[in-house]
Formats: sequence, C-alpha cells, structure tokens
Amino acid sequence: MAEAAKEAETLIRIEGLYKLFGNNPQKHMPLVHQGKSKDEILAATGHTLGLKDINMTINKGEIFVIMGLSGSGKSTLIRHFNRLIDPTEGVIEVEGTDVMQLGEKSLQNFRRHKMSMVFQRFGLLPHKTVVDNVAYGLSIQGVSKSEGLDKAKEWLETVGLAGYEDQYPAQLSGGQQQRVGLARALCTDAEILLMDEAFSALDPLIRSEMQDQLIELQEKLHKTIIFITHDLDEALRIGDRIAILKDGEMVQQGEPEDILLNPATDYVEAFVRDVNRARALTVETVMKDPAYRITADTIEEALKQMKGFKEDYGYYINDEGYQGVVTEEALQEAYDEDNNAEMTAECCEDLDPISPDAVLETVIPDTLESEYSLPVVDDDGQMTGRLSRSTLAEVLGNEEKPDAEEQQKAS
Amino acid sequence: MAETSWLSEIPQLSRGELRDIRKGLDGIYRDFSREYGETIEALFDPLLAFLVWFEKLLLATPWFLVIAVIAALAWMASRSWKLVLGVVVSFFMIGYFGMWDDTMRTMSIILVCTMMAIALGVPIGIAMARSDRIQSTVTPMLDIMQTMPAFVYLIPVVMLLGIGKIPGVIAVIIYAIPPVIRLTNLGIRLVDKDVLEAATAYGASPIQRLMGVQLPLAMPTIMAGINQTIMMALSMVVIASMIGVKGLGQPVLKSITNQYFTLGLLNGLAIVALAIIFDRVSQAYAKRSQQHMEGLDNG
Repeated sequence: MAEAAKEAETLIRIEGLYKLFGNNPQKHMPLVHQGKSKDEILAATGHTLGLKDINMTINKGEIFVIMGLSGSGKSTLIRHFNRLIDPTEGVIEVEGTDVMQLGEKSLQNFRRHKMSMVFQRFGLLPHKTVVDNVAYGLSIQGVSKSEGLDKAKEWLETVGLAGYEDQYPAQLSGGQQQRVGLARALCTDAEILLMDEAFSALDPLIRSEMQDQLIELQEKLHKTIIFITHDLDEALRIGDRIAILKDGEMVQQGEPEDILLNPATDYVEAFVRDVNRARALTVETVMKDPAYRITADTIEEALKQMKGFKEDYGYYINDEGYQGVVTEEALQEAYDEDNNAEMTAECCEDLDPISPDAVLETVIPDTLESEYSLPVVDDDGQMTGRLSRSTLAEVLGNEEKPDAEEQQKAS
Repeated sequence: MAETSWLSEIPQLSRGELRDIRKGLDGIYRDFSREYGETIEALFDPLLAFLVWFEKLLLATPWFLVIAVIAALAWMASRSWKLVLGVVVSFFMIGYFGMWDDTMRTMSIILVCTMMAIALGVPIGIAMARSDRIQSTVTPMLDIMQTMPAFVYLIPVVMLLGIGKIPGVIAVIIYAIPPVIRLTNLGIRLVDKDVLEAATAYGASPIQRLMGVQLPLAMPTIMAGINQTIMMALSMVVIASMIGVKGLGQPVLKSITNQYFTLGLLNGLAIVALAIIFDRVSQAYAKRSQQHMEGLDNG
C-alpha cells in the first residue's frame, strides 16, 4: 500500500501556502516571513496567522488525513483546496492547474466537477428531500432532473439509505444525515473528496461504522480523499498518509507508522502517547528482518546453516516457501539417524505463520504463547520477517522508542 | 440682540430667513411638480388602469362568487374548515350591514399595494442582504418611512399627482413596505452559513445560491414581513381616504367629522375583519409551506 502511494502520480500540490486573517494581510506578510510567532503578529497587527508555509503533495487515490486540534488551521487549510478561502500567498495546483488563476466561471466549474465536500455539520438543504439533496451537485451542473434523481437513488442505496428518499433531512438522525452528505459528495463523480471533520459530530459507535463504510467505499472507488480530523485514532485508521498541523504550521507529515514510531516533535509525541498501538500498527511495520532461514537441501547443510545462527532454531524454506520451524536438536537427531538424509518438511514442527497485514492486537496471543519468534509470511508463502515477544514488548511498551532502522526492514 | 443671548436662548434663524427658506423650497418643488407632474402621472397610468379594472371586477362579480373564491383561497392556504367558515360569515356580515362595495374597493387597493410592495420590497431586501453598504443606506430611509407622520409625505405626493387613487397607493406603499424589506434582508442574512457554504462548494453560482438556498430558507421570515405589510396597508386605509381613495376609510372619515359613532364602528370592524382574515390565511399558508423545516422527532 505504502509503495503504491509513492509511485502514484501527484494530484494536488500545495507550496508555500500562507493565510493571514485581517483587514490588510498583504501589508503584514513581511512580519510573517521574518518568522514572528502567531501571538506576536496578533499583538503587533491585529491579524491572525491562520496557515504558515504549508507544503504538501497529495497523490491520486490516497486518503490524506490532515490532523490537528481546534485552532490548528486544518479547516482553513481544507477550504483552500476549493478556494472557499483564498490564500494570502502560495500555490495550489490540482492536476497541474493553478487554482489561483481560475476566474469566477472556471472556479465554479472546477468546484462542480473536480471536488466535492462533506461537512462537519452536514450542510444539507433543509427544504429539500433527501434524494433532492443527494442530486444537488448534479442539479447545479445542469444535469436533467430525472437523470439526477436516478443517480441519487443509486448512491443512497450504496450508503444504505434506500427507502429514505422522500424524507426531509430534519427527520433523519445525525449518522443518517451524514450518509446523505456522503452520498451527495459521491453523486457528482468528482475525483477529489474533501471531508471536513465529517465524522466528528457523530457518536463513537456511528463514527466507527462510518469509517468502515468510507474505507470499504474507497476500496471500490479509489477517490482521492482529503480528510480532516482532530482524532488521531481516526487518522491512523483511515489515513494512507497523515499531516499534523499545530498553530497553522505543519509539524509532521508521513505514513501512519512513521508518525506513531517516530514522532517528530514533543507535540506529536504527546498525541501519539495515547494511541492504542496494538490496534494501530500492523505486523509489517514492526517485524524484524527474515533471518534464521534454513534453505538447505540436506540435513547436513541445514545443520551447518544452523550453527551460524544465534538461536537454536530456524525456519525451513523450500521452493514452495515457508514450511515450518526446525530446531537444532531435531536436525541433530535426524542427522544421527541418517547423515545423508534430504532435508524435508518432516523434521519441522508446525508453527503457524502470521500475515504482514495483521494488526498487532490480533497476533499478541500467538506471539506470547510461542517459544519461537513467529515467522511473518505473505500471501505468496514467502517469509518476509519475524516477530518476537521482545519486539512486541518493545513496541507496545511506550517508554522506549523502538529503533527505526531495525523496524523498517519490511520495505 | 444682546451678544450673550445665545447663553439663555438657542441660536435661531430669524422669521424672515425661515420664511424665505420655506418659500424657496416650496417654490422649487411647485415648479418641479408643474414641470414634471404630468409626465410622472403618465408613468403611473398602467397601474391606475389595473387598479380601476381590478376594482370594477370585484364590484361587478356577484357577491356569492366573490365569497366562494375567497373561501376557496382560504381553504387552499390553510386546509382549515374553521377558518373558511369564519371567512364566509365575516364577508356575509359585511355585506349584510351594507359595506360590501366599500370593502371590495378597499380589498382591491390593499391587494394591489401588497403586490407592489412585494415586487419592490423583496428585491430591495435581497440587495440589502448582499451588501453592507446598501444596508446602511437603506436602513435610515426605512426608519424615516416608518416614523414620518403619513400626513407629511402625503403633501408632496398630492402636490405632484393630485388627489386620487395613485397618490393613495403611493402613500400606502411608502407606509407599508418597510417590513417586507427589513425581513427579507434579515431572513437572507440569517440563512445557515454552513448550508450556503455547502452550496458554494458544489459550485453554485450566485443566482443558484439565491434561488435555491437563500430565498427558500429565508421564506418564513419573508412571509412574516409580507404579513406585516398587509396589516400596515390596512391600517393606512383611513388616512389614504383623506386624499380621495374610496373604500372603508371614507365612511370612517365621515363619521369622525359628523360624529356618527355607529357608522364609524361598523366600518372599523369591517377593516378589522379584513385584517384578521388576511393575517390568518397568510400565516396558515406560511406555516403549511414550511412544515418540513420543523422536522419530526427522531426515533
């Protein structure tokens, strides 16, 4: 997943984005460039620094999460993508088009076709029925009423609200209203989906339901989603990449594991401390390199390989991939019996491998029970790493930061 | 005059100066109305023709047909038998006490004034909502229209257009238009910013935002303004009758000058009855058209 994102083409590029709120922002921009802090600028000029030197690229097909607490500028930032707010300085490029250069008409067209948006407080039209709300984007585009309604009904069904077409938004619960919001956003077939704290107003159970639904939809639709949240758990759960904002500045940008394992500042670390790592990390991100592999054809060679190991066991791997775990003792016995014997899976003990994509939480019992490190084997049967009790303890214990180099052997 | 008199008395123009100012301004306005009076009057000819036609129509239509139409309108607006019954009984009583013709005349002028007030007031309200500068210019004008005694602006209107229906209509509109303007402005400004932002984010043009979001969501407030406008137009009927507008106001005026208590009371009651009917019907309509806004309880 991570590798795919790196190869993917850039869809949105933001460079040197500044936003200063106030009556005459241009005049006070030099102060910002001098590196004065938000508070200093407010005291000196009465202008509020909303965003400071934001740089980011967002790739096609990824879920990019922008995270920050209230006042961090995240909602301001997302409104720059479709220019609901104009920047004081900086470049916003979508598919190579400089959004800042668009005139009024082209901006309208850009908003109609390129991006759609889901809002924290839903932003549904209270005087229109649910189905009319979903078709709203299309009706703005001038698509015929009947075509719009047909499409809207399909999307309503996709988000699980079939049968609610003729209700008014006020008659639905919060979660249902946000599903309408989501259906409305999807109905225009826009490539980019802006989600401004879309699930923050929902209660926890509904929220995680909606997150699941979003992930599920994304697997089918491959939209580019920019998702704003103040909840790190949510960010880790749905984000392919995460950017963390603080006081209008970008503090860290990276893949979820990066953020979790290598927080760039104390601020990020404070955030990360409360995260349930067992639930947020996958095996792949913490496993060690796939050492202790026995690839020999005969017992004798195998025994030789084994002597070179620090441990007294190894993982037997033949052309068909991982077969099982074999101990030095068992090899020795087999060798004593017949010193010319071929190495076969018969000498091995069964040890169920774990998948690199498994969430840590799910492999804790197996890891603790086994006396060996668990082999990590991918879908093709290839061993890609191993997970030991001590690694697990290191990662889940918050005190020590695991050594990144050792962890990141996966890629 | 003593040099220190400004301490005890407020500085004042001399009588002569005051008179000159008055004469000067009156002269300018009189010249203006002589010069342009007919042209301006001609501008209002289509309105006058419509007003006369509508009044004749109401008077020529058989009474039971008029009552039936009004009752049907009341039913469509409110879906309430009680209200419809009230309407029928009120109109029957008005006719029974010999006030039918005057009531029809009043109704025609009120309807025309209300339509004019809406046609002018809603766009002005929209313009005010879109621009703070327009709002800050129009608001004091509305204040003046609402507080200036009606007799005062009757004078220039009569000087310009003489006595008759058109000056009456203008006086009524000046008096009755402020609520619809104010409440249109207020209603649009109160539209939920989130909803409007959503419309913008989906690429709605200013017109699409206005027609699809702002006006529909402001409608309850605008309806309240229209309702107030109707009420104020009705209360202006008596004053308008002083400049020759026929209708329920004239008998009232006659009873004031001749001390006919009962005649005044009956015609006054007829105005009240019209007011209550207009009010209840328009309120019921507004409420019914906004039912979805209330929302049902979840669960």
